[in-house]
Amino acid sequence: MARFLVRRIFEGIIVLWLVTVGVFIIFYVGPGPKGVARALAGKSATPQVVAAVSHRLLLDKPIWVQYGHFLWLLLHGNLGYSFYHDQSVNSILAAAFPITLSLVIGSAILWVVMGVLSGVISAVRSRSLADRAFTGLALFFYSMPTFVLGLLFLLVFYYEFTIHGLALFPGSGYTPFTTNPFEWFRGLILPWFTLALVSAATYTRLTRGSMLDVMGEDYIRTARAKGLSERRVIFRHSLRAALTPIVTQFGLDVGILLGGAVITEQVFALPGLGFTAVQAITQQDLPVIIGVVIVAAAAVVVANIVVDAFYAVLDPRVRLH
Amino acid sequence: MSASMNAATALVEPTAPVAEGEAAKKIEGKSPWRLGYERLRRDRAAMISVAVIVFIILVAIFAPVIAAVIGHGPNEQFPAPIGVNSSGQPVGPSSTFWMGTDTLGRDVLVRIAYGARISLIVGFVATIITVVIGAAAGLAAAYFGGLVDSSLARLMDWLLAIPFLLLAISLVTIIGPGLPVLIIVIGFLGWASVGRIVRGQVLTIKEKEYVEAARSLGAGPWRIMFIDILPNVIAPIIVYTSLLIPVTIVAEASLSFLGVGIPAPTADWGQMIADAQTVYQYGAWWYLVFPSLALLITTLAFNIFGDGVRDAFDPRADQLFV
Repeated sequence: MARFLVRRIFEGIIVLWLVTVGVFIIFYVGPGPKGVARALAGKSATPQVVAAVSHRLLLDKPIWVQYGHFLWLLLHGNLGYSFYHDQSVNSILAAAFPITLSLVIGSAILWVVMGVLSGVISAVRSRSLADRAFTGLALFFYSMPTFVLGLLFLLVFYYEFTIHGLALFPGSGYTPFTTNPFEWFRGLILPWFTLALVSAATYTRLTRGSMLDVMGEDYIRTARAKGLSERRVIFRHSLRAALTPIVTQFGLDVGILLGGAVITEQVFALPGLGFTAVQAITQQDLPVIIGVVIVAAAAVVVANIVVDAFYAVLDPRVRLH
Repeated sequence: MSASMNAATALVEPTAPVAEGEAAKKIEGKSPWRLGYERLRRDRAAMISVAVIVFIILVAIFAPVIAAVIGHGPNEQFPAPIGVNSSGQPVGPSSTFWMGTDTLGRDVLVRIAYGARISLIVGFVATIITVVIGAAAGLAAAYFGGLVDSSLARLMDWLLAIPFLLLAISLVTIIGPGLPVLIIVIGFLGWASVGRIVRGQVLTIKEKEYVEAARSLGAGPWRIMFIDILPNVIAPIIVYTSLLIPVTIVAEASLSFLGVGIPAPTADWGQMIADAQTVYQYGAWWYLVFPSLALLITTLAFNIFGDGVRDAFDPRADQLFV
């Protein structure tokens, strides 16, 4: 097990290293050193400022020196400095991360509960009216682009409710939990449900399929034959065995979203990692873009390792490959 | 009664007595493709979704005809008080503008018809690029193994680790917006998942006896890859392609929504929805709702069709392929 983990972590580090090479090439080499210095210094910067920035970032040095410096800072946990915000990238990302985290944790709880429950009901009452309803709903939300659902929520629950005197939900923005827990909760309800409904659909389909597979197994018949209650057969015997693909999917989804739920954050103007990154891209704020991309890639890589480790614990054969 | 008992009785007695000639006709060989096609034809939901998809394609093709019949150009701006009201806001659905107007006083219905073109072109072309690259990479990785496999595997990990939307927005910002750029960026960033699926399939096929036989007959690697192996992974590739089209359409709409899609004034659903964000608080629900519905109906139809194709051709559902 230890050897397996060490190998996976090593592979993860290689992928992350490749990510740094990739983003470095795309962002530094792509627009050319002049473009980078101009972009970093800001639109109204004088040629002297551009030259100073260029010198300070080693942009007048050969490309491998630049990369070495970039990697050296990164290894010390320093993601660079945003001239646009006049702030270190670390502190910009540290301010944005709790917002993304609040969004992702809340909706993850919602989507797992909704997705797994509807999937179990669908599988247990296969071909019933409930099954058809849940499968249909799952397909509907699976097809729903996130921004469409978010904006339709805003149109109904923010705009229509508010003009009819029911100001239940704010239209945009984020209140930190430490400032006002109630406002934090109120402001996140719509984003949570938007992200959760769109994601839950996958879990409904996955749970249903996986449960149907498991419930055809002999040991489920044995469990029934022993006289166990149906509830026990469903939750203790079937669901437990059917959980593996669900946990895998969950790990990967959370990993991807922790790097920024770009669309949801954009629709509800939540200044999390995704929102920050999109803003940085329009402002050509390269260090911030690179910072978010690296953090997001790290989240995905870590999630992959966690999922693999989970797999390896459940199924010893995985460790051999 | 248990399912196995049913199966057992079915084995003993034929379900219906059939005449000799008819029975002979029944066991007449049908190719796996034909069986899959027949299953798809019997899937009512899939057939309805095909009708919807054909309708959307027709709308896209005949968008200029729709514009001519209605009498409003896609980029024609109707000034106050026709296209916008006295305070410059869009006007709602009426007999002149069936789906209302947008922020610039343009006909939303006509623009939705034109927007279908972008969605479908990107949806089809980018998906084909993705699948071709993914299939080629997966085939090469599994067939050659060794260094080719591990370097392609790392490249796929790389693509899957970097957030798609951020990379796509950055690339479009660097290269500059436009339809070809959008198609290439979406097409080139999404192939990793196809690559993994094809690689897995090829790995199992590679060990089959008939591949060994082909090799001992002196077939070269290209012949084995394309003549002996590829036809056997076509089914999962087709299933994946049909499921990928709606994903690609949403990716295009998302990029347009984030402001890096097709440059104005070309009509595009994602861009219309993004634009509607600025006016829905002033009551212009139609500008948000109608393009959203167009996008939702399109992705829903493609997803239902994709599900049907999977049910009809999925190798796991029936032991038809390998």
